[in-house]
Amino acid sequence: MTAHPAPNARTDQNRNADTPTDPHIAARQKWMSVLARTSRARLETEWSENHGNESWTHLREPQIGMVMVRGRAGGAGQRFNLGEMTVTRCAVTLSDGTVGHSYVKGRDRIQAQYAALFDAVMLRDGSASDFIDTLAAEQAAAKRDHARKVAATKVDFFTLVRGEDE
Amino acid sequence: MYVAVKGGERAINNAHKLLAEQRRGDTDIAEIETDQIEQQLSLSVTRVMAEGSLYDRDLAALAIKQARGDLIEAIFLMRAYRTTLPRFAFSKPIKTAEMDVSRRISATFKDLPGGQILGPTFDYTHRLLDFTLMANGEVPTEAPSGENPIDENMPRVLDDILNYEGLIQDEPVPVDENAPVADLTREPVKFPAGRDLRLQNLSRGDEGFVLALGYSTQRGYANSHAFVGEIRYGTVSIEIEPEELGFAIDIGDIELTECETVNKFKGSKTKLPQFTRGYGLVFGQNERKAISMALVDRAMRANEMGEQIMGPAQDSEFVMEHSDNVQSTGFVEHIKLPHYVDFQGELELVRRMRAEVEERLAKSETENGTSQPEAAE
Repeated sequence: MTAHPAPNARTDQNRNADTPTDPHIAARQKWMSVLARTSRARLETEWSENHGNESWTHLREPQIGMVMVRGRAGGAGQRFNLGEMTVTRCAVTLSDGTVGHSYVKGRDRIQAQYAALFDAVMLRDGSASDFIDTLAAEQAAAKRDHARKVAATKVDFFTLVRGEDE
Repeated sequence: MYVAVKGGERAINNAHKLLAEQRRGDTDIAEIETDQIEQQLSLSVTRVMAEGSLYDRDLAALAIKQARGDLIEAIFLMRAYRTTLPRFAFSKPIKTAEMDVSRRISATFKDLPGGQILGPTFDYTHRLLDFTLMANGEVPTEAPSGENPIDENMPRVLDDILNYEGLIQDEPVPVDENAPVADLTREPVKFPAGRDLRLQNLSRGDEGFVLALGYSTQRGYANSHAFVGEIRYGTVSIEIEPEELGFAIDIGDIELTECETVNKFKGSKTKLPQFTRGYGLVFGQNERKAISMALVDRAMRANEMGEQIMGPAQDSEFVMEHSDNVQSTGFVEHIKLPHYVDFQGELELVRRMRAEVEERLAKSETENGTSQPEAAE
């Protein structure tokens, strides 16, 4: 049997439900999500090479904690608590008073600190946008490469012709 | 009753030193690194995160190393560590519809949009030992890539396909989306338990226990013949909305396995017959657990469906009170710890009872004159 997707199913409505209308917020969400997926080493190197002269202070020292991950029964129904994940957060202030924040998966305090610093720099003058663009492109490429390997495992059904028909 | 017993300190210290030595094993063999465990024993890592109820691959790898590969001991270590951390936030409910899938299959529809995607699976392997892995040898060839990536939007079998035709029940969504969600890590479990609490319990429940109960539902100890509507394994991004920001941010990806079952239909005089559903969701790649969880979730919905309770998997209290392997281990294994005074009491009691019975027997024998003559006579 061939299945037909519903054009207006509930999950489609859920998609993009939280896309914010404010473009500034949308842009910040984008770079924060990119930074959260970037290794400490990468952030550290870029900071020391191109932003090493910044003076800044911790508004909140990096702190390790947890986020309780929530799911929904059946993917779209009642909410439930699935389990926790480790998360590190940090807040920094640049010399002009710009405050940067970060919340990143895992327990790497240094990664969280640099993520907050880059957030602050991006908020102040966007001076790390080339770096963010490069990271975003790399992350998208890695995702695409993986999706292509996964695609190679897609079943290609074919039906054998059987019987005596000519 | 427990009474402090002193004098074991030296023995305990030495026992722990012996344990450390045995954990390390033969020092001529390279020590295993936690990042090797994280990368190469990733399904053990997955299980420890799921049942330890804490997603952190590095910590799970460390716990496995420290526990000498005893996964329940490792889960215990994760649970203990978890209690030391503050909770910053609850995530927004994850959207498994938007999962970046590494595997997605359906046992109910062959030709579904998006396709059957096998991903990294043991299915269809021959289960023959592969001695090349032992011979320290070959780096595996790189997995081939398809020309195009998989479809970005994969419809969900239950919601987007079956429900389109109204053939399956809806997942009820509470009217109040801000209503509290039960959390067994913060409040004691009370019965009858809501589905939120049951799903939380099952997701961190022991894989073997949930598997056995799931199996029992298939063998007739619950009346809920199930099909696997869809299994997905892949990554989803986690979003939280920190107060200081006031908008949602994405903090990274986690791996999840999700299973939705399509179960026996149900109808009434006023309602058309309809399939029902079971749901499984676990951290990491573990579809054995996800399928089992969905079977048991469906079985535990017996009351809601007006079904007769005929097996243990349908009894939420039984399932939930015995699913946690840290709790079970604690109670089962505690009986090996000193119970000297308890047992002394029991010993006294049995001796006294025996003496009383013997005395009574001797007395009745004398009264009836049936006693045997003493050898000395």
